[in-house]
Amino acid sequence: MSPATNPPDALALPLPPARPFRKYFNIFRASLTERLAYRADFFLSTMLRFLPVLTTILLWHAIYAAAGTGRSLAGYSEDQMIAYLLLVHISRMFSSMPGLAHGIARDIRDGNLKKYLLQPIEMIPYLLSYRVAHKAAYIATSALPYALLFFLCRDYFTLPTDPWIWAGYLVSLLLGFLVGFFFEATIGMLGFWFLQIGSFLYVINTMSFFLSGHMLPLDVLPAGMAEVLKFLPFKYLAYYPATIFLGKVQGEELVWGLVIELAWATAFIVMACWLYRRGLRHYSAYGG
Amino acid sequence: MPIIEASGLSKTYRVFQKKEGFLGAVRGLFRRQYKEVHAVDGVSFTIEPGEMVAFLGPNGAGKTTTLKMLSGLIYPSSGSARVLDFVPWHRADAFRRRFSLVMGQKNQLWWDLPAADSFHLHREIYSLDPKEFERTLAELTEMFEVKELTRQPVRELSLGERMKMELIAALLHRPQLLLLDEPTIGLDVLAQVTIQKCLKEYNASRGVTMLLTSHYMRDVEALCKRVLVITHGKVVYDGPLARITEQFGQAKLVKLHFDGDGVPDGLEVYGEVTGREGPVASLKVDRSRVSEVLGAILDRYTVLDVTIQDPPLDQMIARVFEEGRARHESSHQPA
Repeated sequence: MSPATNPPDALALPLPPARPFRKYFNIFRASLTERLAYRADFFLSTMLRFLPVLTTILLWHAIYAAAGTGRSLAGYSEDQMIAYLLLVHISRMFSSMPGLAHGIARDIRDGNLKKYLLQPIEMIPYLLSYRVAHKAAYIATSALPYALLFFLCRDYFTLPTDPWIWAGYLVSLLLGFLVGFFFEATIGMLGFWFLQIGSFLYVINTMSFFLSGHMLPLDVLPAGMAEVLKFLPFKYLAYYPATIFLGKVQGEELVWGLVIELAWATAFIVMACWLYRRGLRHYSAYGG
Repeated sequence: MPIIEASGLSKTYRVFQKKEGFLGAVRGLFRRQYKEVHAVDGVSFTIEPGEMVAFLGPNGAGKTTTLKMLSGLIYPSSGSARVLDFVPWHRADAFRRRFSLVMGQKNQLWWDLPAADSFHLHREIYSLDPKEFERTLAELTEMFEVKELTRQPVRELSLGERMKMELIAALLHRPQLLLLDEPTIGLDVLAQVTIQKCLKEYNASRGVTMLLTSHYMRDVEALCKRVLVITHGKVVYDGPLARITEQFGQAKLVKLHFDGDGVPDGLEVYGEVTGREGPVASLKVDRSRVSEVLGAILDRYTVLDVTIQDPPLDQMIARVFEEGRARHESSHQPA
């Protein structure tokens, strides 16, 4: 083609319309393909996750046996306790965000952040699409082993019959995803100001394992402490969805609980976006 | 309308001065000392549509910082710029869809996926028309001769092939401006030449404006008629490459291989001695005096081998840097 047919001064040419939804959907699709490129790794890591489950069940079996048959601990019967500990795995399937904060901080440090500044694409929606794909792939590949596990442990469960509980459970899991994502993203944004956030992240993750009720139901803790922890957002990462499933939160209490969860999710969304904008200003002024 | 208009662009960094040793590090925790670094210091230039311009300068001269300001990655400390009629650091969507920055040391393609998947993602990111996209892609993969490689995971490609894929990705949305930071770094000569050829062809056929930095004089000689020489954050030369060559064009480089272990003394009378290495000396001699000088030398010494060539561009550029530095230092002398 000659320059005559393609005037260099092509600024007047209109750009095709931007299609943000399709754009991020396709990022989702590409990420899914990438994740599925490592099927074996995926499958293996899922299987390995079940080993601790077995030890947990045996441990609590022993604790309840020592306490005497039929005793309940903080309102949890032995069956409920084991069901709870299995259910937090489902909660974490939605809310855990391995590598998200770390990845953001690394992108900032290594300059990969540039891609979001040079291309017509925004970082947070991009990472969100990527993470949704990651989660979808994870849930799809681990559905079978999880189904098997829950089938083997079916005696510990009584399935909720109330459809509202099912609906509330599902909503709490999805909101848990948002709380988890934007909480981690908020921490990752600190990378704009601190070169290394690794040890800070380690502390947060360790604390979150306890504060979210991943290790134990929060009710088992001393009353004052449990009350405080139930005010914090961490419980939505593990404890809260599990208690909905077990029928411990119902009716109006359930609705309010979900509204508060939504409020926390919104708070972290606002915080992550605000820190990102502040961080970019900092980055553009000093780094690059 | 010019594609790039920079006037008085400056970037000053505050750099934390790290003290030596443990005690110094502890003291640094409480009282930090900063040093101001003028990475770019009042740079002004204009680039017209379709030009191919090279940015030359030693490491740390401010080339990359200037490119970062022009692509909107960082704000300047002072001065202004318009690129494609946008203020780059506002990062308007329409601006980002009209240019590309390729950094030789950074890759944008997904490492584990075939390049074709990354290309499709680009189609979405830039909201390109599917038919148009296919046509551009076919054109580019043919031009870069990588048609069969787009389905291979990027991690399995050679460095040169990867760079070609990077360039294709950068050109898919048909940018009007291509900023290239060391596009051929680390590549073998063959790959360098192919990439130069493609860039040149693309510039000719599409009229895309290109601004590139490179350490390889070969890139510059092959691609650019105009060069901007920058040292210590200041533009010390802006003009045709040919003029730099001309200044030295009157001179020839005579390489003499003497018999024995060393170079005899007293060569200075024949011309400027630009290099001595064992028994080999390089002598810069005015073109008109070459035969005369050569005759005199051959009369006096035993010479095993003689080559006569134009001085390499690197040396000429180095000379421009030297002059720039001298000017820089003299302007900083207390009055």
